[in-house]
Order: sequence, then C-alpha cells, then structure tokens
Amino acid sequence: MGDLLSAAISIAFHGLALAMVLYLISVGLSVTMGLMGFVNLAHGAFAMAGGYGLTTLMGRLHLPFGLALIGAIVIVVLASFVLERLLYRRLYGGDELDQVLMTMGLIFMTVGAATYFWGPVAQPIHPPDLISGQIHLGSRDFPAYRSFLILCGVVLVTGLWLGLERTRFGAQVRAAVDNLRMAQSIGINTSRLFALTFALGSGLAALGGALGADFLPIVPGYALGNLVYFLIVVAVGGLGSIRGPFVAALLIGTADTAFKYIAPELGAFFIYALTMAILLWRPRGLFGHA
Amino acid sequence: MTQAGLETQGLCKSFGALPVASDINFRLESGARHALIGPNGAGKTSFVNLVTGMLKPSAGRILLSGEDITHLPQAARVKRGLVRTFQISALFRRLSLIENVTLAISEREGAAGDLIRPAGRYRKLIEEGYALLEALGLAADALRPVNELAYGRQRLADIAVSLGLKPKVLLLDEPAAGVPSGETGAIIDMIERLPADIAFLIIEHDMELVFRLANRITVLVQGSILVEGAPQDIAADAQVRQVYLGERRPR
Amino acid sequence: MAAADQLAPPAMLDGFARRHRLRAFEALPWLMALAAYFVFPDYLALGAQILATILFALSLDLVLGYAGIVTLGHAAFFGTGAYTAGILAANGWGEPISGLVVAAAAAGAVGFLSGAIILRTTGLTLLMQTLVVAAMLLELANKATRITGGADGLQGMDVWPIFGAFRFDLFGRTAYIYCAAVLMIGWLLVRSIVYSPFGRSLTGIRENVVRMHAVGSPVRRRKLVAYTISAALAGISGALIAQTAQFVGLGALGLERSGTVLIMLIIGGVGQLYGAFIGVTLYMIAQDRFSTIDPVYWYFWIGLFMIFVVIFARGGVLGLIERARRQMRRPS
Repeated sequence: MGDLLSAAISIAFHGLALAMVLYLISVGLSVTMGLMGFVNLAHGAFAMAGGYGLTTLMGRLHLPFGLALIGAIVIVVLASFVLERLLYRRLYGGDELDQVLMTMGLIFMTVGAATYFWGPVAQPIHPPDLISGQIHLGSRDFPAYRSFLILCGVVLVTGLWLGLERTRFGAQVRAAVDNLRMAQSIGINTSRLFALTFALGSGLAALGGALGADFLPIVPGYALGNLVYFLIVVAVGGLGSIRGPFVAALLIGTADTAFKYIAPELGAFFIYALTMAILLWRPRGLFGHA
Repeated sequence: MTQAGLETQGLCKSFGALPVASDINFRLESGARHALIGPNGAGKTSFVNLVTGMLKPSAGRILLSGEDITHLPQAARVKRGLVRTFQISALFRRLSLIENVTLAISEREGAAGDLIRPAGRYRKLIEEGYALLEALGLAADALRPVNELAYGRQRLADIAVSLGLKPKVLLLDEPAAGVPSGETGAIIDMIERLPADIAFLIIEHDMELVFRLANRITVLVQGSILVEGAPQDIAADAQVRQVYLGERRPR
Repeated sequence: MAAADQLAPPAMLDGFARRHRLRAFEALPWLMALAAYFVFPDYLALGAQILATILFALSLDLVLGYAGIVTLGHAAFFGTGAYTAGILAANGWGEPISGLVVAAAAAGAVGFLSGAIILRTTGLTLLMQTLVVAAMLLELANKATRITGGADGLQGMDVWPIFGAFRFDLFGRTAYIYCAAVLMIGWLLVRSIVYSPFGRSLTGIRENVVRMHAVGSPVRRRKLVAYTISAALAGISGALIAQTAQFVGLGALGLERSGTVLIMLIIGGVGQLYGAFIGVTLYMIAQDRFSTIDPVYWYFWIGLFMIFVVIFARGGVLGLIERARRQMRRPS
C-alpha cells in the first residue's frame, strides 16, 4: 500500500511537471488558433528556439541561467513579431491547405537551420545549483528542478488567467476569440491584437521549451517530432481557450507519465486512443466554443 | 381532407432559453403559392432548417404528403421531394453551371454512386440539365464556373439546382435577397412560371414580391405564427401593421 | 451574348460530355517514363521510387484534391501496406503481386475503419484525428518489435521474382517496370473514378458540402468510399516501396512521410490528377540532387521553397501553367 501511494505521488509529481511544460508551450498555440483561425504547425519551433537560445547564451556567452532564459525569450518574441508581420499575416482567413504548407515549410527550415548551427546532438541544459539536486518535502525527496518547473507553471498559469480576466488586453482577446467581426466593429484593433497575442504565445512557448528540455530534448527535429503532442493538448483542450489546454496538459501529462511507469510497452498508444475518444465525444475540445 | 404537401404539428425548437420555434402548426397545401413573412429574427430560416432536417426540433412532428419525416435525415427528405434554396447562394463555386445542375440530377436519379462509367456517358442527365438552364434563360452560361456569374444569375442558378431535384415541395429562402433590382425580374418571372404541381413556400421581406407571388401568407413573429390568411386580409390586419410599424408598409 | 445562345446545344454539351476522353498530352508522363528507362539507366532505382510515390500522391489527391479532406496522416495507409508486404516477405511468402493485393486489403481495411470513425468531423478536428491514427499505428509498429523489427526496421525480406521469371536486379530494372505497370493500373483507376458521377459528386462535396446534403447526397458514405479506395492505393504504394527496397522502417508510418507527400502534391497542383506526377518527380529529383551535395541544406531550402510556393505560386505548377495559358488567351 505504501508502494502504491509512493508510486502515485511520483506519477502525480512528474506528470504535473510535464503538464506545465506542455501547457506553457501549447497555450499560445491554442489562443492564436482560436483567435486567428490559423493552423500554425510551426509553433513548436518557437519552443525549440527558446531551448537553443538558452543553451547558446549560457554556453557561448556564459550568461547566468536567469539572464540567458530572459534573453532567449526576448529573441524569440522579436523573431515571432517579424514572422507574423512578414508571413503569417498574408494567410489569415485563407485556405487551410496554404497554412499547412507554409507552416510545414517553416518547420523544415528550422530543422535545416538547427542542424547547420548546432548539429544533430541534443543540447545539454545546466540549471544553476539553486534549482538542482533534491529538495526534501516531508518524508520524500523530490528533484528540485522539476519542483521549480511546477512552481513556474503555477505562477504563470495564475498570471495568465488573471491577465485574461482582469486586464483590458485580456478582455479584447476574449472578445475577439468569441466574435472577430463584432470585436472589429466595436473598434478593437485586431491587427495589433494578433501581433501581440502571437508574440506572447511564442514567448511562452520559448519559456516552456527552454525549461522543458529535460522532458523534450532540444534537437533539430523538435518541431516535427513533438507536433502531435502539442496539437493534442490544443485540440483536446479546445481552441481559443487558456483553461482548456491546462486541463488537457494535466490529462496528457499525468496519463503519459502513468503509462510510462505502469505499462511502458504500450507507450504513447493510450494517449492517442484517449485523444481520439475525447475528440469524438467533444469535437471542439473540452473547453472549445460551440 | 386533402393531404397537405407539407405539415408541421406543434413544432418547437429552443437554443437554451431562446425559443426560435414555439408550437408551430403549419400547413402547406399541394400546389400552394404560400409566403412566410415576419420581422428579422422571427425564425423564418430556422423554420426552413427545421423542416428540411438541418436542425433537430425539440418537439413536434413534420409530415410530408402525410408521411412522418420528423426523424429522417436531410438527404432522405430531399429524395421524397422536399427541396430548399438558400438565402445566400450555395452553389458548387468553382464548377460550371451545367455541372452544378447535373450534380443534382445525378443524385436524384441515383447515378452518382457510379464509380466507373464516365459522367459524360449519362447523356440524358446532361441534356435534362441543359434544358432546365434553357428554361431559366441561363443556357448561355452553361460552361462558365458559377462564381463568375452575376449575383442575380447565381440566385437563378441556385433555384435551377433545386429544380433539378424535381421537388414536390420547394422552400425558397429569400430568392431575391442581395440581388440588384434590375435582375430581380428574371427571378420573379421564374417563380411565377413554376409548374402547378410544385407547392412552394417563399420567405421574403419584399412585400411587392410577396403580394405578386403568393395567394396565402403566414406571418411569423418570434417563433410563433401570428396570423395566416389571404394577402388582402393580411394587409388589412391590425396586428400585422403593428409588427411591421417602422419596418415596411405593405403596398 | 447572341452568338453564344446560337451555339447548338449538342455541340456545347459534346465537349462537356467528352471530358473523360484521353487527350494527347496525357501520354506525356508515360513517354517520359519510357524515355527515362533508356536515358538514365543508372537512376532506375530512384525512378522506381518516384513511380511508386506518384501512386501515393495520386491516392492522396483523391481525398484531398477531389473530396476536400485535408489529412496529415496518409502515411498510416502507406505504412500499413509497406509493413504488410514486408512482413509477408520476411516470413516466407515473397510473391510480389499477391503481396500487393494483401497490402491493399490491409490498408483499405485500416482506411475503412478509421474513416468510419473520424470522417464525421471536419476541419482541424479531422486533421487531428488523421494525425492521431497515424501516430497510433507508428507506436504499434515501434513496440511490436518481434513482428516489425521496431526501431531497427524490418529485416530479412525475401521478395520472389515477378511471375517467377523477373528477378529484382541490382540496377533496378525490374523494379522500375514493376512500379510503372502498377502505377499505370492505379492511374487508370483514379482517372476513371475522377471522371465518373461518383468523382463529380466528390468535387461537389469539396466545393459546398452543405449544398451536397441539400441535394440528397449521402455525403458520409461517399467520403468513406473515397477514403477507403485512397487508403488501399496508398497501401499498394507502400508495398511497392517495401518490395523494391526489400526493407521497411518506421519512417513509412511517420509524420514526415505524410507531410512530404502532401507537399509534393501541393507543389504539383492539387485536384488536377497530374499534379501528383509533376510534384513528386520535381521534389524527389531535387531531394536526390541535394542529398549528394549536402543533406543538411535540403530541409532548409525545400522549406523556403514551400513558403515561396504558397505566397507566389498558389495552385502549384499546374496552377502556374493554367494562369500562363489564360494570359496568352487574353487579347493584348
């Protein structure tokens, strides 16, 4: 019985940490897909860029962890601004197929560029001593880094929720996701809204990618290899929602961890089956708009 | 009691707390020239959606030539002769006009399930489609993609596709909507010339059209039938005047 | 337009009714394939792969270009066919033609079952479901190591000579002719479907599905039939690749496989039958060239090219040709 409880706590802990990573990366995708109706398959590339940014700033420029993290996020946010203006903007409201092709093209470019600059080997991340090692909680030891991940996740989730509910920007996003034409007609600058939301989502993805290198290794094929997982979180959670992906990430994160622990031969199979079942029951996702 | 072409009994539908249809008892007689009018948001298009099966009612029955079709899927109702047109032209955009019409005719004849024989071999269906276009004055544009036609002709094409299904009951949802006044003549002519064995229900806002085309009018307000009768009676009805006050005066 | 009105109905309809007749330019791909056999004897192995992949792209065009079903999981059927043919050949039954038939049946079954479940949805949800189906199969193949070889791939395939007489040789001659013949049969099938009333109804579903329901079309049934046939053809394509390479790896079921066939088709032109021929040939020759120069650059440049195609060349190569023809027809 003690073993079972211990296993359950382990699964819950590691599952929660994974869920935070998945959430940070996917929430931006959910909002931009719900807001702009744009199928952005390349979203994972921003997470990957966060990871590469962190390792490069720490490794080459020898910046401390915190500074390197912020630096990586800033770089990704700026890059996403540029990409949104130059490329994404052209295809809003366009053919779904065009969007798939363009974003697949972006993914391919990132694969090539990442291989060229960093090679095929996974980037090592060295978190500072402060958040390394183990911490002692009650009678158990927990990895400090993952505890830090969970803490970060909780802080950011709370911040996001508050931001969406309490700020004017958040209200504008909610209005635009609900009914874009109506939002435009009451004077909301949707063009600026798209750009800002896109940048925010990409920044969060970069953060998730950088912090989550433990779970999702930083390799050139990152965007393609993890695409299905990110899309699962978004589709199951429901487009345009920030609550939805959180619940979905929790579900997927814990289920994935649990299955890896209990039945590793089955791997991700049950996650996929679960996703399919949920989407059949609720095609718009758990928190999607009707 | 002659069988009605189309009948609804106690038809109800609500979206949450919002009722779009409240206990609608409606009869469309065979060969009827019937109009459904009402202010915006009265639920006219929802009524058509309910009757055709695009929307599921919360309660009530729908009968077509006496047969209960309440639980039949849309395609099955079409096969039994219940056909509609759309308020905003719903055509097969990049396909040619003749293709649009022959698609409908093929479905009607059950030819559309054929995987092997080329569609071009079904000569009779193509000629029937062409004859239909000729009757509507659209023959000249037969080979052009429908999204290149003037909007008035697109609305006519919409009706042509529906006629290709040989309907017994035809529901025309604002056939002249969005059409420049110079082009509405052709549409009105065509509706007037519809064969007597087709019962039609026309939803319209343009009272001139309504009075010209219909010999019976139903007024729908907020999902319920307010009043029904001959055009002159409806025109004179005080309640109807009140409902339309500020919107439109019947001529 | 009085002149057009006087066009006798029979003449106007004749062209429309004879659309399905073979036209001169349709012999072009086959002439080119024949010529390539003699002109590029050192590249027949690549040629065989191209021919097999064209069949894969054709199968995708049927559901994507004609029925309008956007899928990122078509490798599920390709891979099922590949592994079916591979497992047969690795376990004592190396007869190629029957291998193709069984592969087609297996892939078709997967298509039918998955289609029956997921084709009720559309848009992003459907896209997701197609991804998930392929991912599930990939995971199965990954874990069932004893049957599929897992991550190392399926080894030990022994494919017998075709009709007992034509051995698969090192130069790829047999493979090339084999793939060309199968492609021709597949192409004839897809072509007749596309011009049939069924195929026309698929374009109706693509152009306006709401109206198709309103003209009494059994939309779900039509989509499912198209999806199943497409899956079977994709399965044949996978089996061809497996038999000619005598190897099957997890990549046959992967997202990259689904993505690249989609890209190839879009580059060539969607929904116009020959986009598959053009797109696959261009892509695979370019990829082959690049891989000799520097494989790392391939991803970057093809990605850039794809973005270029979306922004400047919508409709792919066939779209460009069509626009050029319209420009030339316009009086200056």
